[in-house]
Amino acid sequence: MSTDSSSWARALVQISPYTFSAIGIAVSIGVSVLGAAWGIFITGSSLIGAAIKAPRITSKNLISVIFCEAVAIYGVIVAIILQTKLESVPSALMHHPESLRAGYAIFASGLIVGFANLVCGVCVGIIGSSCALSDAQNSSLFVKILVIEIFGSALGLFGVIVGIIMSSQATWPAKA
Amino acid sequence: MYGWEMLSFNIHDGFLEAIVRGNRSGLLTAADYNNLCQCENLDDVKMHLTATEYGPYLQNEPSPLHTTTIVEKCTLKLVDEYKHMICQATEPLSTFLQYITYGHMIDNVVLIVTGTLHERDVNELLEKCHPLGMFDSIASLAVAQNMRELYRLDLDDMNIEIMRNTLYKAYLEDFYKFCQKLGGATAEIMCDLLSFEADRRAVNITINSIGTELTRDDRRKLYSNFGLLYPYGHEELAICEDVDQVRGVMEKYPPYQSIFAKISYGESQMLDKAFYEEEVRRLCLSFEQQFHYAVFFAYIRLREQEIRNLMWISECVAQNQKNRVHDSVVFIF
Repeated sequence: MSTDSSSWARALVQISPYTFSAIGIAVSIGVSVLGAAWGIFITGSSLIGAAIKAPRITSKNLISVIFCEAVAIYGVIVAIILQTKLESVPSALMHHPESLRAGYAIFASGLIVGFANLVCGVCVGIIGSSCALSDAQNSSLFVKILVIEIFGSALGLFGVIVGIIMSSQATWPAKA
Repeated sequence: MYGWEMLSFNIHDGFLEAIVRGNRSGLLTAADYNNLCQCENLDDVKMHLTATEYGPYLQNEPSPLHTTTIVEKCTLKLVDEYKHMICQATEPLSTFLQYITYGHMIDNVVLIVTGTLHERDVNELLEKCHPLGMFDSIASLAVAQNMRELYRLDLDDMNIEIMRNTLYKAYLEDFYKFCQKLGGATAEIMCDLLSFEADRRAVNITINSIGTELTRDDRRKLYSNFGLLYPYGHEELAICEDVDQVRGVMEKYPPYQSIFAKISYGESQMLDKAFYEEEVRRLCLSFEQQFHYAVFFAYIRLREQEIRNLMWISECVAQNQKNRVHDSVVFIF
């Protein structure tokens, strides 16, 4: 451990684990929702335009919007799981190594879920937009592109799984 | 950056791109053309077109129809769609859409200048102008009673063609630079399409100037400074003295080999059709990629080709020359 009073290592250790946890939870839901919203926007704007000449595509292509929406739901679920991990610790144990580990674990878990869901949302949104446009031209393409979209939405799930496993590392020191 | 425009493209242009792709699906298909080619008279043509997207524009036209009415109404549909797009567009798409019409603007200016030179009535000339190329001050081009008075120039038909091609060169180069500035997939696809256009014009200028007083240097000056032929092909084209020499130059460029392979030696009439077919093929390919502006350009060009096809078919039907229908029709799908 560095003894230099102004080093990064010292700063990271001195920050309260609760701060890390809170940022992790906020990133988990906030960035996931950003990804979902971005994806829905990309899909939605193409879907509206394409539906003018081919109105039949609207209800089918809502599934692309739902796939994007699922990404936000992952973020919400993980944020709820993460916040249940928070426990109050006596201030003497605030910088106990186990507390620090719990804080970092929740922080990392939030980052994993948030950014995995951001790119997943964008990915599903772009495919959904292509799906809407190609369905409007040729309805036999819908199912084929939907398969690609399912694989895209699995990416977010990987982040969620790793994030949950990561957060199970978050144990706080027992109250003495 | 190439590929990243898919993140932000839809913010401004996703809706319009989807609309233009929807419009594309309304283009006439090979089946439509087959039906049209079997028509006995223009009312049959109208009946077939009423079943397509042209329906609302033609259904109230009284018989007997003229070819010009059909072309006028079909052009009106294109103009309406264009106006709808430009109303919805934001920068830089709106500038891009305006660039598409500048070619018509040049043709209109040349039409007015030629007409005034031959002392034709201004209103009659304005009616003949393409509606996409109209601009507010176009009528003022014709106010001068004679051209010498206005431009202090001794204009004849050849000078006017040089003027047209000089304007077109400036337009294409400007459009090319604009597309390069846009970057990403738009730049990649549009620069390809515009290069083809520039090369086609270079070949046409060469063929049309064979046997005229145009000097080599003057001819060289009319070629646009980009495209596959630039710069070495231009040097070779500038000294060509007959069509077969042009062919010899063009066959060195693989993309153009197939075009010249279709036409026999010494023939230049079918060249236009061969170039149009290649252009249509390239325009259709631009729809294979998403998140770029070339679809707008391609759509308007394809509609224009479709109107040319309809004009030819209607003329053939009206004049009972149905065996010549396939001479000039370029199937789009």
